[in-house]
Amino acid sequence: MKTTATAQTKGFPLPSSLKVVVGTEGAQAAYPYYMQFTKEDDGRFWFYNSMHFPEPMSVFDMITAEAAYCALGSANTRVHCLPTTLGIDYRVLNGRVYIGGNAVTDPAEIEKRTQEFQKRAFYYYANWERLFAQWKDKMMGLIRAAEALPKLDLPEFEPIEHVHAGRGIASNHYILETYQKTLEGYFRMWHHHFEFLLLGYGAYLTFFDFCKKAFPEISDQTVARMVAGIEAEIFRPDDELRRLAKCAIDLGVDGQFREGVAPGEIIRSLEQLGEPGLAWLKELAISRDPWFNINSGDGFYHYHRSWNDDLSMPFAALPGYIANAKRGERLERHTERLMAERQQLIADYRELLETDEDRGAYDQMIELAHRVFPYVEGHKFYCEHWYTNLFFNKIREFGALLTKHGFFDDTEDVFQLSHFELETAIIDLMTAWSNGSLPRGPERWPAIVRERKEAIAEWAKHETPPALGPVPDIIDDPAIVMLWGITRDNLDTWLTADEQPDSNEIRGFAASAGVVEGTARVVKTVEEIGRLRHGDILVCHVTNPTWAPIFQKIAAAVSDIGGSMSHAAIVAREYALPAVVGTGTATQKIRDGQRIRVDGGRGVVTLLD
Amino acid sequence: MPSSEIIGWFADIDLSDRPTVGGKGGSLGELTRASIPVPPGFVVRTAAFERFLNALEKEEPIRSKVEALGSHELDKILALSQELRARLERAPLPDDVNSEILAAYVELCGKDNNPPLAVRSSATTEDAADASFAGLQDTYLWTIGARATLRSVRSCWASLYSTPSITYRRKRGLPESSVAMAVVIQGMVKAQKAGVMFTRSPLTGDRSVVTIEGAWGLGSAVVSGEVTPDRWVIAKITGEISVREISDKHVQHLPAPGGGVEEAETPEDLRRVPCLSDAEIAALKDIAKRVERHYGRPQDIEWAIDQTGEIRLLQSRPETVWSSKGRAPVAKPAENPLQHVMKIFGGRR
Repeated sequence: MKTTATAQTKGFPLPSSLKVVVGTEGAQAAYPYYMQFTKEDDGRFWFYNSMHFPEPMSVFDMITAEAAYCALGSANTRVHCLPTTLGIDYRVLNGRVYIGGNAVTDPAEIEKRTQEFQKRAFYYYANWERLFAQWKDKMMGLIRAAEALPKLDLPEFEPIEHVHAGRGIASNHYILETYQKTLEGYFRMWHHHFEFLLLGYGAYLTFFDFCKKAFPEISDQTVARMVAGIEAEIFRPDDELRRLAKCAIDLGVDGQFREGVAPGEIIRSLEQLGEPGLAWLKELAISRDPWFNINSGDGFYHYHRSWNDDLSMPFAALPGYIANAKRGERLERHTERLMAERQQLIADYRELLETDEDRGAYDQMIELAHRVFPYVEGHKFYCEHWYTNLFFNKIREFGALLTKHGFFDDTEDVFQLSHFELETAIIDLMTAWSNGSLPRGPERWPAIVRERKEAIAEWAKHETPPALGPVPDIIDDPAIVMLWGITRDNLDTWLTADEQPDSNEIRGFAASAGVVEGTARVVKTVEEIGRLRHGDILVCHVTNPTWAPIFQKIAAAVSDIGGSMSHAAIVAREYALPAVVGTGTATQKIRDGQRIRVDGGRGVVTLLD
Repeated sequence: MPSSEIIGWFADIDLSDRPTVGGKGGSLGELTRASIPVPPGFVVRTAAFERFLNALEKEEPIRSKVEALGSHELDKILALSQELRARLERAPLPDDVNSEILAAYVELCGKDNNPPLAVRSSATTEDAADASFAGLQDTYLWTIGARATLRSVRSCWASLYSTPSITYRRKRGLPESSVAMAVVIQGMVKAQKAGVMFTRSPLTGDRSVVTIEGAWGLGSAVVSGEVTPDRWVIAKITGEISVREISDKHVQHLPAPGGGVEEAETPEDLRRVPCLSDAEIAALKDIAKRVERHYGRPQDIEWAIDQTGEIRLLQSRPETVWSSKGRAPVAKPAENPLQHVMKIFGGRR
């Protein structure tokens, strides 16, 4: 089903022609005014950020867009002063997030910003190691502060110790304070997230651009392999599973891990085994903190739960790792081998360069890319995974508290309120607790929550145009190119996409070479991971490092979102599995159980029946 | 029999012998000596051609007649070409030349065997990196028997006096005394599929990929452009296949029953099927890399895969189009390496 939109000659529909789905106007109005399209927005180019926000966003989850774009924009516009671009504007319609770049076009302004950029960004590059070490300290401090936020409690009477200590401030105040600190931490985390990110990508893209000119037919993934780090924290969760598989064998409890058995059942059977089972569970606890703080998704939605919150993913992977180990396969990642392969690849391409000057420039660029890229890979575990988990789980505590006081039917309903509305509900509750009357929220929120949930379900059924507004002649905004891979060529493909509706081919980014035919297993949620059988082709929405453990048993991977530098692409290459990512529509167009062919070198998925 | 002034076995010659075995012959010798699989054979050296020509010139001059022509005198070139080709094709070979070629033929084919042979012109000016002279001289495929082989050798020599050949030489002002022709005689590959490959992308000049084109049957269908071949692009270093274009290969060249080549329709069930497997593509790529490494420069290669699945190279010559362009460096080392990032952050320049 298509959202009604008037086609515009040689361009995408105008924002004003895109209508709110009938019956969801109330839910649309819940998004803050500054996220709503206005008539003036028709003059600008927007695109749907399906990479980060592939599903309609609940009004609370929009805080991720808000905090992220606020931090990204600050870094670009005010901190590093990128010469040709400011920040990213965003709007939301039918739960879909549209974004648009703010290009700098005045040559004098670009020149002025270039001067600033070289004083700031170059300083970062030159002092990268020190600043990055400092970043890790800051980030760990932030994580510890979030973990230390108090539990929420509104007792009937203040604890007597508080009174005797003369605390003077009642518990309801700490509810509000904790909420505000929770939000403050989240906004702050996103500043940390973007402190290095664009500079890191920029160095990578500099090398990428050189390679594409020197070797016009080199694949994106080959350049990615030359730059990709090997020991980033993001690989650690998967490493921990390998470790746990080995522990299970060493302790003789490996027989307990069978495909298709729920984690809870396995844990119970281990407990009943006594000593060896308990020893394994102790090892599990060691791995869980902090390495299971990794999301099943990209961490942008409240329902992307972590391994710690849902053990399905790690437990689905364990039987495979155990079987591999018993066959005598080495379980540890072959770090040294991977590093040697990377170095060989770099040397082999270097040898193909035709002049000494090219080789000199190549050496400088790869050196810089290697120095800065560990941040690009490493930050994700701390930001998108660990911190985001802490944040959404803290918000869940507010959900539980408000549910207890009748505001919601279910804890998860809290995510149907904007962060402003949530603050009003909290103040409502603290007022009621203080004066002994009943809160007003229970009359107000359940109906609104229902309406918004229905709207999200409705919006999810409607396709949304990939872009809106007039097509720019050229896109040279480095942020847009780097983070979203959007180029003028992409836009032309989108504009003609409707002209070949019957194609049985689905196109995406070529992420990992190879051709495989097999049975598609469309996995929409983590709970479904258990359905994957050896040799299946994984078809999923987001590919994510969290899913790495199941790559040992699949034949190929296809995803709706993700680029050739996404972690899943890296892991697929490591396992030498064909992968096509960023197809946009694979989970919609491929039926569960369908025969498909995945050509990871070309980025094409073919439906065979 | 050992190599001689008249005959050069592939195993005994290399590129430095080009003045006496021609570019093609030298290249086949070079490949043989580098253990790259080529169909076995020998070269009838330029000395044989010179003896033949000298014998003919005793009756009536040839080279001076050609040199007397201007490149624009098309009618005269045409008339002389007809006259000379007829003379060369009719005249008997000098006895020593005749007997040496026959002896080498028997050694290559065995006493009572008459396997099909390829008889190819190998001009000393041909296949040079600076003069893309390919295709101006004749090649005779599926030549069967000693007599036919000798006839083909003469026809190759005569093709040096074809109208386009003479015109080409006159245009470039090449002295006729410098022009000589060797003839390659080698086993024919009963190709089930064949084609060409380039160790540098013909499209972009990219040296990191091998482009392979192939079709069913003999390679002549691909080289002559009578069939649109399947096309693959494979990365030299990673082996990743980034382009697979499978075409409708409606015709194929097959050996004709009485010798020579005939065109036939490709069976329906093969037309749109890739003619190479991934393993074959990888094997061709590996050979292409070896050849390029051996020569130290990009190569254009003709290949075939025989009925048993063995790969054979039919020829390799230096790539001329991109190599002659001379590329400016993509980037130069910067005094401050950080300046490179301005390419990305500095906007359009």
